[in-house]
Amino acid sequence: MLEQTPAHAHQFETLEQQREADTLGMWTFLATEVLFFGGLIMCYTFARFSYPQAFEAASHRLYVAYGGPNTAILLCSSFTMALAVRAAQLGGRKATTALLAVTALFGAGFLVVKGFEYHTDYVEELVPRFRFHWEGPDAAHAELFFWLYFVLTGLHALHVTIGIVILTIVAILSWRGKITAEKYVTTEIVGLYWHFVDIVWVFLFPLLYLIGHR
Amino acid sequence: MSNTVVPTKTYLAIFVALMALLAITVGVAYVDLGGLNLAVAMGIAIAKAALIVSFFMHLRYGRKLTWVFAGAGFFWLAIMLVLTMGDYATRS
Repeated sequence: MLEQTPAHAHQFETLEQQREADTLGMWTFLATEVLFFGGLIMCYTFARFSYPQAFEAASHRLYVAYGGPNTAILLCSSFTMALAVRAAQLGGRKATTALLAVTALFGAGFLVVKGFEYHTDYVEELVPRFRFHWEGPDAAHAELFFWLYFVLTGLHALHVTIGIVILTIVAILSWRGKITAEKYVTTEIVGLYWHFVDIVWVFLFPLLYLIGHR
Repeated sequence: MSNTVVPTKTYLAIFVALMALLAITVGVAYVDLGGLNLAVAMGIAIAKAALIVSFFMHLRYGRKLTWVFAGAGFFWLAIMLVLTMGDYATRS
């Protein structure tokens, strides 16, 4: 081979232009994700505004002892994700792989805690339709809160699961030396997605667990 | 540009700030501020999101075009929330 293959695809003029196009594409996807979760947040806002007492009483049945540490776990995962992108920029293969793996493990830890929490919700009869029992007034709207709780956290958990799968794939690619400093943008894009999932939880935590005062 | 290498200590400072904000938001939830509880909780959530978007997602190192794309989603979300709730809140 006489000519060196350029690092960027043929439709781009420079590697920098390709990186910008790649990240902009991810931001576009994230904007659609904002609206995807936004519809549910709209439902939530209207329902909470309409039935404040029922929502406060229902929220107090959730445990901050689950939601708080889980928020901390995701913030830790965002920190290691940011460090993974940095390691990739500097071309550190082992550091990038390790940091991506740690990020995925934090994500798995989040899901484990969430699983225990769902189990507690089930035991305490807070699962709409399947197993729901409410002693206080306005049981219908307390149930509505738990519908929103399960749909919002379930959808978020699905995003975390997808994130873990992608992180694992990229960690393997990194281990095999496929993510060079030139191609670090792969980790940057995964990072954008992962941080977005963290941000969704940053809003879900106070909206679901911290209504009124406890 | 997006390929700026951010120092580790910057990331560490942001991480510490995020954990501190989490501790504050949990702590404040146990104090009765009346209607202000919601405002404080949302204010802290927005501050955390701003830190993550600016530093971890590198928006402050990015181009203005990225700002437009990032802002668009939140802008349309704001339209939906404000106009819908404006309607419900003013019905008699």
